[in-house]
Amino acid sequence: MHNKTLIELAAGLRSRSYSSVELTQHFLSRIQQHQDLNAFITVSEDIALQQAEQADKKLANDDGGLLTGIPLAQKDIFCTDGVKTTCGSKMLDNFIAPYNATVVEKFNDAGAVMLGKLNMDEFAMGSSNETSFYGASKNPWNSDTVPGGSSGGSAAAIAARLTPAATGTDTGGSIRQPAALCGITGLKPTYGRVSRYGMIAYASSLDQGGPMARSAADAAQLLQMMAGFDTKDSTSVDHPVPDYSADLNQPLQGLKIGLPEQFFSDDLDQAIASVIQAAIDEYTKSGAQIKSVSMPHLDYAIPAYYVIASAECSSNLSRYDGVRFGYRCQNPQDLEDMYTRSRGEAFGAEVKRRILMGTYALSAGYYDAYYLKAQKVRRLISNDFKQALSEVDVLMGPVSPTTAFKLGEKTGDPIQMYLSDIYTIAINLAGLPAMSIPAGFVNEMPVGLQIIGNYFEEAKLLQTAHQYQMVTDWHQRTPHGFE
Amino acid sequence: MSLTADDVKKIAHLARLGIDQQNIDNYTQDLSRMLDLMTQMNDLNTDDVAPMAHPLDQQQRLRPDEVTESDQREKFQRIAPQVENGLYLVPKVID
Repeated sequence: MHNKTLIELAAGLRSRSYSSVELTQHFLSRIQQHQDLNAFITVSEDIALQQAEQADKKLANDDGGLLTGIPLAQKDIFCTDGVKTTCGSKMLDNFIAPYNATVVEKFNDAGAVMLGKLNMDEFAMGSSNETSFYGASKNPWNSDTVPGGSSGGSAAAIAARLTPAATGTDTGGSIRQPAALCGITGLKPTYGRVSRYGMIAYASSLDQGGPMARSAADAAQLLQMMAGFDTKDSTSVDHPVPDYSADLNQPLQGLKIGLPEQFFSDDLDQAIASVIQAAIDEYTKSGAQIKSVSMPHLDYAIPAYYVIASAECSSNLSRYDGVRFGYRCQNPQDLEDMYTRSRGEAFGAEVKRRILMGTYALSAGYYDAYYLKAQKVRRLISNDFKQALSEVDVLMGPVSPTTAFKLGEKTGDPIQMYLSDIYTIAINLAGLPAMSIPAGFVNEMPVGLQIIGNYFEEAKLLQTAHQYQMVTDWHQRTPHGFE
Repeated sequence: MSLTADDVKKIAHLARLGIDQQNIDNYTQDLSRMLDLMTQMNDLNTDDVAPMAHPLDQQQRLRPDEVTESDQREKFQRIAPQVENGLYLVPKVID
């Protein structure tokens, strides 16, 4: 059952081949069996079985939609009413969310079953899952390596077939990079496409939730449910939601693919470059035209990103003060001591670095030199993308400069860790949609192909990805021991 | 650009963030390296560039000034570190 697509699972439920309770029990037992992957922070077994029973009743009446009765899982950044929501932090280790994120409401309305909450880097700050208070999730392709981050638990769980699909969030690559490192399909939608209400904030002008799944067709189903305008999110965009599956099977007629020169520089591992080239060749075989494009400001994406993200992080995380929810230190002497020690004791090192960096960048006398400068650079980067996407339909390139690295390899050097986001970060600055799809292997570790599209053209990305997945089987490969 | 340990202590104070004395040097070093990375932006001339705060340059939406939330004080206070008679308790501020 765990190797089936969402559409196959839905068909199985409707033909009574298995019930939602049986399907849920199957995935719960796989989660139990593969606990050592540390993909889940919380397994919500009781709620899952309750939701499955309700779904079975609906299915018995031929009621419900495609996702009714299908077990899925949430990144632990989405608030779930009555269920612990930690964001990977000691700060929220005791936080039972008092309301649902809009995304979670949509899953519930669709009748989906929630298996649990997935591991992640603390407050989504990290590219390896190693900043999680609960310890890193492991990559099912090689348990000595990282699953990527910050949505590493989501990617690991999907690759290991512990859940058919899951949610992720992407601020600088946090859906795409773990998807690439674990050999699954992930989509970061256009900024504003999926509601951020109840999605714990890191950098509000960059954060965006999206689907992670085993194929583009499954991701389309999930995005269909997640996308849409939400009055509860002031940055949600009121733009019609198309049928994301409608054109999946349409062949790509004369697709124009742009290859940013800056994505294929000498920094890119040669073996990964060959895998990406082979994937692009596959597209040219089906009639796509290739064009080289130059995006001269891309080199400045990492510095601009780390100013903007850190600044927004320091503002957003000021809410953790030990007063209304979250961690409070023992025996505070006075108010200041309570703030300082609660935050000092409950935040991990990476979160502290970014709060400090952001506080500095926003402090009097430095605002213009850092934050304002970064926002101007952001405009230049965004203009590069606008120019490139006026010449081509999609852009393609690598997702990550390397395959999954060893656990512990980069934890001592934060800058080294930041550089692993080099191909993903600029897309968040521009607010564009982008995907990572499995494109091959280097030394038996998965490599992701990145496909970047214009604003609100998620359907085109999904179609482009699906057409590739029709003629390749990289996305169907399963890590050893998880078949 | 490099920061001193005193700079880091000052920033930590602004952020109300406790940092262990023994880790100050590490943070000083890491933050200095992060700043070096960020000063790369100075290579770019951005004199006539408008800052970009939001990817889609959207206008802030307005809504009717109506109450849409119900009173859920008890539910929200159930997760608070310390509450009494419906009030959030913090250490004494005024003697």
